[in-house]
Amino acid sequence: MPLDLTLIIVLSLPLLGFAVNGIFGKMLSKKLVGSIATIAVFTSFILATTLFVRLDGTQIVKLFNIVDHDNFKINASFQIDALSVWMSLIITGIGSLIHLFSIGYMSNDEGYYKFFSYLNLFIFSMLILVLGSNYFVLFFGWEGVGLCSYLLISFHYNDKHKGVANSLAGRKAFIMNRIGDGGLLLGLFMLLGQFNSLEYLEIGQSLAANTHLGSGAMVFIALCLFIAATGKSAQIPLFTWLPDAMAGPTPVSALIHAATMVTAGIYLLVRSNFLFELAPSIKDLVLYIGLATTLLSAFIALRQNDIKKILAYSTVSQLGLMFVALGFGAYSVALFHVTTHAFFKALLFLGSGSVIHGMHEEQDIRKMGGLAKLMPITHFTFLIGTMAISGIPLFSGFFSKDEIMAQALHHNIWAYSILVVAVSLTAIYMFRLYFLTFHGNFRGGENLKSKVHESGLSMTLPLAILAILSVFGGILNLPGLFFKGSAHWFDNYLSQGTFGLEHIHNVHLDFNAAIQLMIFASTVALGILVWAYFVYFKKGNLAKSDLELSSWEKLSASKLYFDEAYNYLLVNPLIKLSDFTGKILDIKILRNGVYAIADGVLNTANLSRRWQSGFLSSYLFWMIFGLILFIAFYILKISI
Amino acid sequence: MQVASNIGSSLDFYLFVSIALFAIGAIGAMTRKNMIVLLMCIELMLNAVNLMLVTFSTFYGNGDAQIFVFFTMVVAAAEATVGLSIIIMAYRNLKSIDIDMYNQLKN
Repeated sequence: MPLDLTLIIVLSLPLLGFAVNGIFGKMLSKKLVGSIATIAVFTSFILATTLFVRLDGTQIVKLFNIVDHDNFKINASFQIDALSVWMSLIITGIGSLIHLFSIGYMSNDEGYYKFFSYLNLFIFSMLILVLGSNYFVLFFGWEGVGLCSYLLISFHYNDKHKGVANSLAGRKAFIMNRIGDGGLLLGLFMLLGQFNSLEYLEIGQSLAANTHLGSGAMVFIALCLFIAATGKSAQIPLFTWLPDAMAGPTPVSALIHAATMVTAGIYLLVRSNFLFELAPSIKDLVLYIGLATTLLSAFIALRQNDIKKILAYSTVSQLGLMFVALGFGAYSVALFHVTTHAFFKALLFLGSGSVIHGMHEEQDIRKMGGLAKLMPITHFTFLIGTMAISGIPLFSGFFSKDEIMAQALHHNIWAYSILVVAVSLTAIYMFRLYFLTFHGNFRGGENLKSKVHESGLSMTLPLAILAILSVFGGILNLPGLFFKGSAHWFDNYLSQGTFGLEHIHNVHLDFNAAIQLMIFASTVALGILVWAYFVYFKKGNLAKSDLELSSWEKLSASKLYFDEAYNYLLVNPLIKLSDFTGKILDIKILRNGVYAIADGVLNTANLSRRWQSGFLSSYLFWMIFGLILFIAFYILKISI
Repeated sequence: MQVASNIGSSLDFYLFVSIALFAIGAIGAMTRKNMIVLLMCIELMLNAVNLMLVTFSTFYGNGDAQIFVFFTMVVAAAEATVGLSIIIMAYRNLKSIDIDMYNQLKN
């Protein structure tokens, strides 16, 4: 099959699934709806695999022209290179597993067909985002995924108890993302102004040909793109929408708010590497923001009690890690962590979904416990996910985190120590979550306990596949201590096939340093595992109720008061300003002003209307009166 | 201008009569309610103007104005015909020729 045809089919299958399910879904059976959506994405995945196999440098497929101006052209064209194909594989691969999972998870939902059409639309938008060959196409996908995220977060908007909260969460996500989108738009306009083009390759080549091209502009553009990335990838200061986004159904959290959409910011920065390399100050900013985010959100996750909220803050923290890697200019390392994170975070979210499904929509880990016996498959896969994210040796998360730590150790010892703290916190809250959920006594009451059940095959199969990937995902990018031939396959793959990355070589530590680093990281992770085992399992140190928390625990449980601060600093003043403009400026001043003018006209008209009395004699009187006035005027004029 | 007749100093009298006639007609038209009287008042005003035209025509010895007077008389006759027939039609409608009853064109 020719390349462009393959690409078109990869893109159009999810769109087709969206259209079919969206238009005819109501008439079709649930089984058929789920199968159409899943098969559409899975076929896309197969075709993306063929793209991957036949990958040959960077190829551009131009479909049609969007804007044809004298000075610049914007095409609907797509770029097939190592980066975009890799992202497509993650999106469609993880996407089809999550579609499969949703068939079971959403089986009792009324909006079944709507859910699957949204999911397909999301996959389509995400593919557009990563495959586009210019910033305009990327922007199209960027907005598309934002829309799908909004639709899916507030999916249960008519729920009796949580409907309003769900809608508000969707709105919050949308507005927060719009702030980032504003940055992206500004950056796009600047790029267009500077280069007369939005094509990645053309911008990169004109930068390579003319290195001194406006460095101030580069800084501004990089800053704008980074603001966009903080919005989409939930970094400080725009991260508060992501934990709220957990109001959506759990497969959505797994697909959009953990594995794929939130990595769009990372993708944007990797894609724009040539811009960021010219703006070192912004790269430092990326590093600091990443460090702050990873540390603070890991701290917040320590004392959350909603199983999905913990995972959400964990996602924010892991995204922060990726930004740290980007801040060091280690683009392929960041993308490696994107990949492994997609595996284990999707696994953890789907596992939590399976738990929530089995627990009949209970999300509070204080009411769980002892689920290991009741849900064996979920328990086993969740354990694997926990070990992978905590960096237990030889799991995928261990390798990808180790790479980031190695970069930090090489560049900046302070960054390294902050990362050690953040990574240890990650292990602590993940094992707390794991032990409280799956071990100890069941705390949800006998009534609920009798109803808890293991999920069906369509939910456990994706869990199993993701668990395998989470264990062995690290093979993609082994550090090459012993098997030198297999070392850094992913690094090489990405940097050879992606524009701009050819010249950027990641630092690789020498043998001794690398071994020491790994041993240290392993000791920390295993030590925390043992400690958590004793604290949460042996001693039965259960999650406390809110009243018993110590001061630092309160700080963590209340999310460091970020929401409160935003409400106080931004939201409430804005509401007050709107009240002022709405109730005072608009109603009291503008409306009453307009009314006064209208009243004035009306009153004058009413006065003069009395002249038109209808009495002929009065008309005659006024006529003669006017005549006399004219004559008097005439006489006066002559006499003067 | 050359004065063609000996109307001379008595011009003022003619003019005063004319103005008085006009004023009587105008005031009558404004104050009286009866449509027929109204019509008569209008005739008075027309004839006041006629008188003035004839006066000046004689005063200046120029016949042009007298032709106007004939026109005016013809038009006044026509106007009286039309006006009277309107009054008859109006009377058939409201059984009254009080002008204040016919104020429905207001608003």
